[in-house]
Parts: sequence; C-alpha cells; structure tokens
Amino acid sequence: MTPGGPQAQTEELPVGLPGGLTEPPQPPPTNAVEGSSTWSLLDRLGLAFCWFLGLLFCAIAAAIVIYLLIKGIQFLKPSMLVTPAAAGFTEGESGGFSDAFFGTLILGVMSLTLALPTGVAIAVWLVEYGRPKALARVTEMTVEAIAGIPSVVFALFGTVIFSSAALGFLSRTNEGVVFGRSFFAAAAMLALEALPLIVASTREGLNAIPRHVREASYGVGKTKAATTRRILLPTCRPQIATGAMLGLGRIIGDTAIIVILLGATQNFSPVEGAPFPLNYLRGAGTTLTNFVYEASPTGNLNQPDKAYAAAFVLLFIVLLLNAATDLIHSRARKAGTWSH
Amino acid sequence: MESLTRQHAQVPPPIRRLDPQDPTPAAEAAPERSTNFVAAKRSIAAPQFSIRRMEVDKVSIHYDAKEAVKSVSLPIRQGEVLALIGPSGCGKTTLLRSLNRLTELTAAAKLTGSIRLDDVDIRLIEPTLLRRRVTMVFQQPNPFPMSVFDNIAYVLREQGSRRMKKKVLEPQVHSALQRAGLFEEVKDNLKHPALKLSGGQQQRLCIARALAAEPEVLLLDEPCSALDPQSTAVIEDLIVKLREDVAVVIVTHNLQQAYRIADHVAFMYLGDLVEYNSATRLFNTPAQDRTREYVSGAFG
Ligand SMILES: Nc1ncnc2c1ncn2[C@@H]1O[C@H](COP(=O)(O)OP(=O)(O)OP(=O)(O)O)[C@@H](O)[C@H]1O
Ligand SMILES: [Mg+2]
Repeated sequence: MTPGGPQAQTEELPVGLPGGLTEPPQPPPTNAVEGSSTWSLLDRLGLAFCWFLGLLFCAIAAAIVIYLLIKGIQFLKPSMLVTPAAAGFTEGESGGFSDAFFGTLILGVMSLTLALPTGVAIAVWLVEYGRPKALARVTEMTVEAIAGIPSVVFALFGTVIFSSAALGFLSRTNEGVVFGRSFFAAAAMLALEALPLIVASTREGLNAIPRHVREASYGVGKTKAATTRRILLPTCRPQIATGAMLGLGRIIGDTAIIVILLGATQNFSPVEGAPFPLNYLRGAGTTLTNFVYEASPTGNLNQPDKAYAAAFVLLFIVLLLNAATDLIHSRARKAGTWSH
Repeated sequence: MESLTRQHAQVPPPIRRLDPQDPTPAAEAAPERSTNFVAAKRSIAAPQFSIRRMEVDKVSIHYDAKEAVKSVSLPIRQGEVLALIGPSGCGKTTLLRSLNRLTELTAAAKLTGSIRLDDVDIRLIEPTLLRRRVTMVFQQPNPFPMSVFDNIAYVLREQGSRRMKKKVLEPQVHSALQRAGLFEEVKDNLKHPALKLSGGQQQRLCIARALAAEPEVLLLDEPCSALDPQSTAVIEDLIVKLREDVAVVIVTHNLQQAYRIADHVAFMYLGDLVEYNSATRLFNTPAQDRTREYVSGAFG
C-alpha cells in the first residue's frame, strides 16, 4: 500500500486492459497448412487436372512467344519498318512492310477513336440512365447481336454502305463509281466489331461500383453528369482499358474486313488531288496481319522470313498493349476499393 | 465488445463536455423494468440551445404498393442530436433519405406530406442545392477512389469542374478535416489514397466530406455499424461536438449509442412513428408499451 499506488492504478485503468486480466495462453506455434491429403480421390484428380491444364497453357503460350521471339530477332531488321514492300523475286529485293505496319497503327487509332467514346457512352447510358426500359433492352440486344456477327458480314455490309454515292468522299471515286474501299470504311466497320467488347467491359466496371458511392456524390449536391465524369468513369478506367485492349485485339487481328474493305493492297494507294492525310485515309492499304498471311508460304508473296518478322512486330504491339493495361489496373489497385 | 464501448463512454476524452448539473437520468428509471440504460450514464451536456430547422409533416413514403413510412411528423433541431431507432426494415433509412430528396433517385418511391427546411418546402429547393444544405453519411464508409485531399476538394469545386487550384482550396480542405477530427492523422500525407485509410478514418473522411459543403443538416445512416468500438467512440464525440453547428440526425441500431449521444429519439416500428421523446424519457420512462418492449430488448 504505497501512497501513490492505488491512485495511479485507477488512472491507468481506461487505457489498458481492465486490471488483473492477462492474455489467453498462446497455442504452440505450428505451420500447419491445409493439405489435399484429406480430399477424396476425385477431388485430388480434379486438382491435378487443373494444374496440368494450367501448366500446359503456360507452356503453349511460352512456346509461341519464344519461337516468334527467336525468329523475329533472326529476321527482323529495323529497316523493314520504314521500307515499303516492293515487287521482287528475292527477300532482299522485295523491301520491307512499312505500309502494313503503319496501316495497322492507323486503323487501330481510327477504329478506337470511333469505338471507345461510343462504347463507353452506350455503357454509361445503359447502366446510369437506361430509360425508357424498352429502349435499353433493345440497345442491349443490339449490342449483343453485333458481338455475334462474323466480321465478313460486316465487311459485306460495309461495301454496300461505303459504295453509296453519298459516302463517296470517304473513298476513291472514278467516273461516278464509288470504290468503297478505304481506311475510313475499314475503320468504321472494325469499330463496330470492337464496340460490344468495350460496352461489356465498361458496363461490368460501372456495375461493380456500389450504389451508395454514387449516392455519396449526389448527396453532396453533385449532378449525375459530374458524378459520371469525376467518380464513375475514373473508377472504371481499368475495365475501360481492358475493353479497349480486347477491342484493339480484334481490330489488329481482323482479315476479312481488311481484304474486302481496305483492299489489302501491298502498298498505300493515296487518292490523287486530296490534301495530305485525307489522300491516304481515302485510299486502300493493308495491315500487318494481312501481310503475315500474304507472306506466309500459302500467300501470294511467299516470303516466310518476312512473315516471321512481321508476326513478331504484331506480337510486340499486343504485348505492349497488355503491359499498358496491366499498368492501369495496378494503379487502380493502389487507389483501393470499397469493402462490400 | 459492448462493455468496452460503454467503458469508453464513461471515461470521456477531454473534448466531451461534462455538465455537473445534468440530472442523472438513471434516477428516473423505474426499477422493476430496469433496462440496460440504468447503468449507463449520459455524459453529454444538455443542449445549449435548440433551433427548429426542419419539419417533417405527415410524411408517408410508398415503394410501389408498400408503405415504408406512414404519416410521420417530427421536428429536427439545430443544437441537438436526433436519433432514429427501430427494428430492421421499419423505414428509418427511407425517412432519412427523404430529407435531402435522395429517395427520388429510387423510381418506385413516392412521397406524400411535406418536409420543410427553414419553413420552405424542400420540393421547392433545387435538389443539388438542397443536398448541399442537407448532406448525408452512409452506413458503408465510401470515400471516392482518389486522394484524401481530392475527396474534399471534389465537394468544394463546382460540379464536375477542375478549376480552383489546390492552393486556393487548401484552407477549406484543412478546416473540413479538422472539424471531422481527422486532420492530425492525415496532415502529413494528404495525397494518401482515401480507400487505404482505416475504416474509422474513412468514415471520418466521409463526415469531413459531408461537412465540406457547409451543410445546415447532417444525416448519418448507421455511421458506426462497420466500425470498432474505438472508432465509434471518436465519431460519437465528433457528432456531439457538431450538433451546435448543424442539426444532426442519426439512424442507429445501437441503443446504447442513441442513449449516449442523442437529445431526442424517435422510435419507429413498421413505418409508424411510435414515440418521439427526449432520450432520457424514451429510454427510462417510455410513454408507449412498444417502445418499452423495444428498448428493453424484447424484440428487434
Ligand atoms: N429501393 C426500395 N425498393 C422497394 N422497397 C424498398 C426499397 N428500399 C427499402 N424498401 C422497403 O422499405 C422498408 C423500409 O426500408 P428501410 O431501408 O427504410 O428500413 P430501415 O429501417 O433503414 O432498415 P435497416 O435498419 O435494416 O437499415 C423495407 O420494408 C424495405 O423492404
Ligand atoms: Mg437502414
């Protein structure tokens, strides 16, 4: 019973645990992990099968990438990216594939410029507005239908549209006959093909945002427009990026639309008399995918070495896009998310 | 858990005002129907003043055919904390959301009767303006996925605009964080992602966000239900401190909490307002049998 004793104790009481309580005894340390030894045979077989398939797909993907990497490094010369294809009998004489390379870039940019804002807008309307309900249902079904249409059908449809006299300014016109094949025509149809992927992915992103988050924004007097622009769209940036990535994959990989609507010529064929960028965009051209096909042993050019080089460039573009998407996703992860 | 919360309430941190004149409400309780509240002491002071700010007048709210709120009338006063209690599904959230017209976002919801803010029917006030005067904090902490600073700055800026430089907004952002008792914890890194704060800090950020709009009424829908006792105690202190600047309405399932911080309590049951009374009376000498059953834990 020291004079200061009891008083000091009562002052400390609310801070720590109530006096006299000790921590429960700790269980002895182990590093027990759940093992599959207790599982039934079927479950264990299933698990083994999952492992097998997972590793198999890793192996296949790695084989493709490594094979193309080796071939690409072997055959790709930087000059190929700036030298147009030329007529010639040997690989040395026939130039590079600069027109195909830039054709792919141009189409990617043009199609995505069309598809991305449209797709995101459709998704925002469907999720955030969606009224009248009947119109929303019709829009949804239309987007689903577009997703299921093969690209060759789009290509045919595109020739009908872009060969009409009214749209002659988008391609080459010769004595009143509209050619109907151009970067404009191909980009428009490719955009249509990428659209459903962007819509679906953006919708998924918007739907993942809890309702109370929107209401928190409305609840401090923000309009729906401000909420969409500053909260909703930035939040689903990763999903929008994924949609764009998938859409771009389609755009880059398409061949039917390239052959039918872009002309699949070896080189750019600018329209004479039109001002600079327009003359190329109104003319025909080709893409890397189409070049790979033409240069492969089954194609007209039959230059397998260059086919490998071009395929490597394609793969590189796709991997670059993947990395960019991953970066956006990891940034979003750093910003955190709501607990549901 | 519960006893820990109580302990906190009994040992008030320095910011809570103690009123030696406050009559011990436990003395009013009839001993034979002793509720949990006999033991609990209300440690907050009686309000210094109370001004009637909002008036809920015979408000009924239907979701299609279902009547979620049935002709409820009650006043909301600045200087006081009003708690809405009642069993799950009795219409507390619905009533709370109607106070800043958030119910209108639900297409099925129809409201009859009238709600007035300073004697003006809120249907005459443009919703975005009303929602800045009557702001809301939700059950789930829901900061926006941006930095702590930007969460507040978003509220201060005009709609979707990005104008107004950070430097200009800084004093206002700091003061909102200070009022919500969060500033000291986050001042070193206002760029920290808001969703990486702890749950209690996130909820205080949400309160700061709601305060940044300089509201006249603050609505809180079970703000502590996702939080630990420690964070709950911090937020409860905050609410009591705020009651003189804004009229506070809080929905809570925690009767202890209602008893600790509310000056008036409204008990709802199946959409009806059963009893509206001062906290001490509602918990210790309820006028209605239903209330007594509920506060003594008979149902809910
Ligand atoms: N959006 C809605 N559409 C249809 N009915 C709804 C909607 N929101 C709530 N209700 C109904 O209205 C009634 C009151 O709901 P409310 O959310 O206001 O209850 P509460 O008192 O807040 O409950 P809790 O304590 O569980 O949060 C419930 O019966 C609920 O089913
Ligand atoms: Mg509720």
